[in-house]
Amino acid sequence: MTTKTASSKDLHDLGVAELASKIAARDVSAVETAQHFLDRAARHQNLAAYVSIDAEVTLAQARAADARIAAGSAGPLEGVPIAHKDLFVTRDFPTTAGSKMLAGYRSPFDATVVARLAAQGVVTLGKLSCDEFAMGSANETVAVPAVGHDTPSAPLNPWDHSRVAGGSSGGSAVAVAARMAPAATGTDTGGSIRQPAAFCGVTGIKPTYGRASRYGMVAYASSLDQAGPMARSAEDCALLLSALCGPDLDRDSTSLDRPAEDYSRSLNDSLQGLRIGVPKEFFGEGLQADVRAAVDAALKTYEGLGAKLVPVTLPRTELSIPVYYIIAPAEASSNLSRFDGVKFGHRADKYTDLLDMYKKTRAEGFGDEVKRRIMIGTYVLSHGYYDAYYLQAQKIRRMIADDFRAAFETCDLIAGPVAPSVAWKIGDNADDPVANYLADIFTLPASLAGLPGMSLPAGFGADDMPVGLQLIGNYFQEARLLNAAHQFQQATDFHLRAPEGI
Amino acid sequence: MALTPQDIGRIANLARLELKQDESDRMLGHLNAFFAVVEQMRAVDTTGLEPLAHPVAAFEDVALRLRPDVPGEYPSREDSQRSAPAVENGLYLVPKVIE
Amino acid sequence: MSSLLVQGYEVVIGFETHTQLSTASKIFSRAPTAFGAEANTQAAPVDLALPGTLPVMNKGAVERAIELGLALGSTIAPRSIFARKNYFYPDLPKGYQISQFEIPVVQGGSVEFLLGEERKSVRLVRAHLEEDAGKSLHEDFVGMSGIDLNRAGTPLLEIVTEPDMRSSAEAVAYARELHKIVTWIGICDGNMQEGSFRCDANVSVRKPGAPLGTRREIKNLNSFKFMQQAIDFEIRWQIEEIEDGRAIQQATVLFDPDTGETRAMRTKEDAADYRYFPDPDLPPLVVEAEWVERVRAQMPELPRAMAARFVADLGVPEYDAATLTQSKAMAAYFEATAKASGQAKLASNWIMGEVSRRLNTSEAGIESAPVSSAQLAALIGRIADGTISNNAARQVFDALWTGDGSDVDAVIEAKGLKQMNDSGALEKIIDEVLAANADNVAQFRAGKEKAFNALVGQAMKASKGKANPAEVNAMLKARLG
Repeated sequence: MTTKTASSKDLHDLGVAELASKIAARDVSAVETAQHFLDRAARHQNLAAYVSIDAEVTLAQARAADARIAAGSAGPLEGVPIAHKDLFVTRDFPTTAGSKMLAGYRSPFDATVVARLAAQGVVTLGKLSCDEFAMGSANETVAVPAVGHDTPSAPLNPWDHSRVAGGSSGGSAVAVAARMAPAATGTDTGGSIRQPAAFCGVTGIKPTYGRASRYGMVAYASSLDQAGPMARSAEDCALLLSALCGPDLDRDSTSLDRPAEDYSRSLNDSLQGLRIGVPKEFFGEGLQADVRAAVDAALKTYEGLGAKLVPVTLPRTELSIPVYYIIAPAEASSNLSRFDGVKFGHRADKYTDLLDMYKKTRAEGFGDEVKRRIMIGTYVLSHGYYDAYYLQAQKIRRMIADDFRAAFETCDLIAGPVAPSVAWKIGDNADDPVANYLADIFTLPASLAGLPGMSLPAGFGADDMPVGLQLIGNYFQEARLLNAAHQFQQATDFHLRAPEGI
Repeated sequence: MALTPQDIGRIANLARLELKQDESDRMLGHLNAFFAVVEQMRAVDTTGLEPLAHPVAAFEDVALRLRPDVPGEYPSREDSQRSAPAVENGLYLVPKVIE
Repeated sequence: MSSLLVQGYEVVIGFETHTQLSTASKIFSRAPTAFGAEANTQAAPVDLALPGTLPVMNKGAVERAIELGLALGSTIAPRSIFARKNYFYPDLPKGYQISQFEIPVVQGGSVEFLLGEERKSVRLVRAHLEEDAGKSLHEDFVGMSGIDLNRAGTPLLEIVTEPDMRSSAEAVAYARELHKIVTWIGICDGNMQEGSFRCDANVSVRKPGAPLGTRREIKNLNSFKFMQQAIDFEIRWQIEEIEDGRAIQQATVLFDPDTGETRAMRTKEDAADYRYFPDPDLPPLVVEAEWVERVRAQMPELPRAMAARFVADLGVPEYDAATLTQSKAMAAYFEATAKASGQAKLASNWIMGEVSRRLNTSEAGIESAPVSSAQLAALIGRIADGTISNNAARQVFDALWTGDGSDVDAVIEAKGLKQMNDSGALEKIIDEVLAANADNVAQFRAGKEKAFNALVGQAMKASKGKANPAEVNAMLKARLG
């Protein structure tokens, strides 16, 4: 672990805010900056974070940014390079969603999130590895090879190359942690921003459901999916979240009609009197001792900053696992029906008739985890099972949302672990998909309720692996979450640590 | 609520997935392990509760937004068919659809 | 009702009609809905189900659903839900159709019409909004089909009836009335050749008093002529099956116009398990009472109300009123002619007679009639005031229709068609005729009615057709006693 002093900082040690001002002041050009990160991506290809790089496209975007700066028409993030999770469709790069089904797919339009960031001057560094169709908690299900690799492989945790990066936004977390990008976009359906951020020692936030447009995000679970930034500080996340959130009324019917906000506005507010709810269900037997120790220490730090810890209860925490794993696969099974070999994507080479074409195309295009979730989803929606499974799960979902509402009557935000353990070894849970599902227990509840949640580095646990602290806010309380995270990051330096060899 | 191999076959057919025998067997095992975890959920008393289909509905009334009936711009056929597996004269080709 | 039984069986029919709504853009995307564009040039990313696309609802589609509901006396649901109907088919890009399942936007209502002289009422179960699928083309490809998704996403209103109909004639009459209503209120262009109005007929038979028989569904009937043929064949086929001891299997069938037969489609396995669930991409559709009232205030007078008004205010018989309100254009034409001439019955006769006859031969609509309502009114005026006879009027009408003259009075003058109105001159002619036809006079006095007509004929001939036949009749009668 190393911490750099200001004077010896390389371009890749700078945060988004710093880079933006340096580029705007023309201390460094957008082209230089982009090239610097492209070089770093090339140097760390072994980490398998990027699945698509196109230097020509990136540098052309950077040149255009430099031209705008010279002309005096620069946007607030002009020239800042960012990489996108390969779940966001882009015109200028292929989009695979981590799947063979979409190998080489070129979208004729950009995701709204991508367009909004580009409108502020952001330059795209490339596309980042993710679990296939965002289904996974270790990025091990990615089915397309990373840049510089012949076969698909999970991105490596930069803190320990034998461990997983987390998922499904594993590539995003690795790119940020290994300084191959100052920031990245991710998506979070059941914890897919928060958990890889925790495993890789970076900061990430999922906003309130509906705050960021889902148009152009390859759909996994429609009522749960949300986009969010991952960076090395709450300050950077605040900048980026402000850029990518906002109404998209003409393209996304679930996008909320609330004006975009400046999420940086309360970063420097004092935490004096802040009531932090600590749910007892998040600190049960399943929580590993090393994670508990780091989280407890973080909570003590908060008390030192003036916050008050308040015991709360979220009684249906454990139920969130079956509820999520009924609802998400159900929606996914329907969302993935469009992958049929007719209009785009993979089509089997050999088949006897239409039915055979469908079955072989989908069998070849989808990986095992995706097939599993399609099967679960199809089953729980099928005739005779809908009421007992899907409908029941949606009703308990309301109970979970009500639990949070009750908890927020006595606290301003909720804090706890992100995951029961630090990142596990690659291949450990390969044959036990259900074990992976159980490890999502702390992130699922906020997803089901649609609440904003973030993860920030809170220390280190077993084998010196990063531990993340989860903060969950009430609806539309992203600014408060970021404020709490930022103050923590002023009082600690976990977020500034870098893995060795980076 | 244990699934049988027949269930696997029926669901795979509904989902248009071809599963080889060993895949099918593994799938059966995984799904049954999964549904064992799910059983606890079925026992919860949810009488009188409305399902929460849209999370936003938990805190405000949601209503479908309606856009004005005006045609707008969209990508050309060429752009949209760039990644099509089989196209002829602008039509997507598929094995013959028998009615 | 025993006359309706077919070989002793009662026929039970319900209809599901898919009407394409006349919006400019599609239900969930901004692509245009115009018919006949080159393949896949009217398919936006949403219509192609490209990854990352999402549906956004067209207000015009909802407004048209409200209009239909008001026209049929239905309830407009204040809150309705869109659901996904999941199945795989190449013309269904998402692998699911967005439709409405448990809670549709329009509920109940009825369609009333005349079947011959009898008043009928068919109850509606519901009408719901959904998206149309694309098209499969088979002709040009060997062993393959070509998919065109231009039509995918066109808004549909699916109108479902209770199984209230008891004969193929009733079913066709229902369909014609529904077709009239949807085109009248302007929510659908009614072009059946282009697929704007497609009917599925659910047909079953049973012995009177027995429970409902198993039904078979005849899909995609898009012509009234074929509709009747198809249903009649299906009824006879089902009865024959039952009489031969075989049970009817539920099936979807297609009508083949070449053979005149219905034939079961290849059964789709698991076709029934659509795994409906509320679409998470679309919050509930809320229709406030104020909106419904605004739409109600802007609705045109509906055909049956207009027909009733024609009967009450203009003294037109019910049958005539029904025929004259077959289309908005026809009704407007009639009303204008009736008002301008003050002769509603004459106007009705001429429109249902001469005008319709000519329009039917050229298969044109009244919008393209070369004779305007003003011209027809003028002509009728000249009949009513005795200027010309009916016969002469037909000649004038001919001239107007073919464009050989446009002013009624000018044509009358040019062709010298004015009826003789000079009583003195007519008296003289009558004198001459009576003098020259003493035999006929004698025969008439002896009781032969025909002889009178001969005298009338002679008088008309002597006046070169210009005498007013009614006057001739009256004068002769007066003279002959």
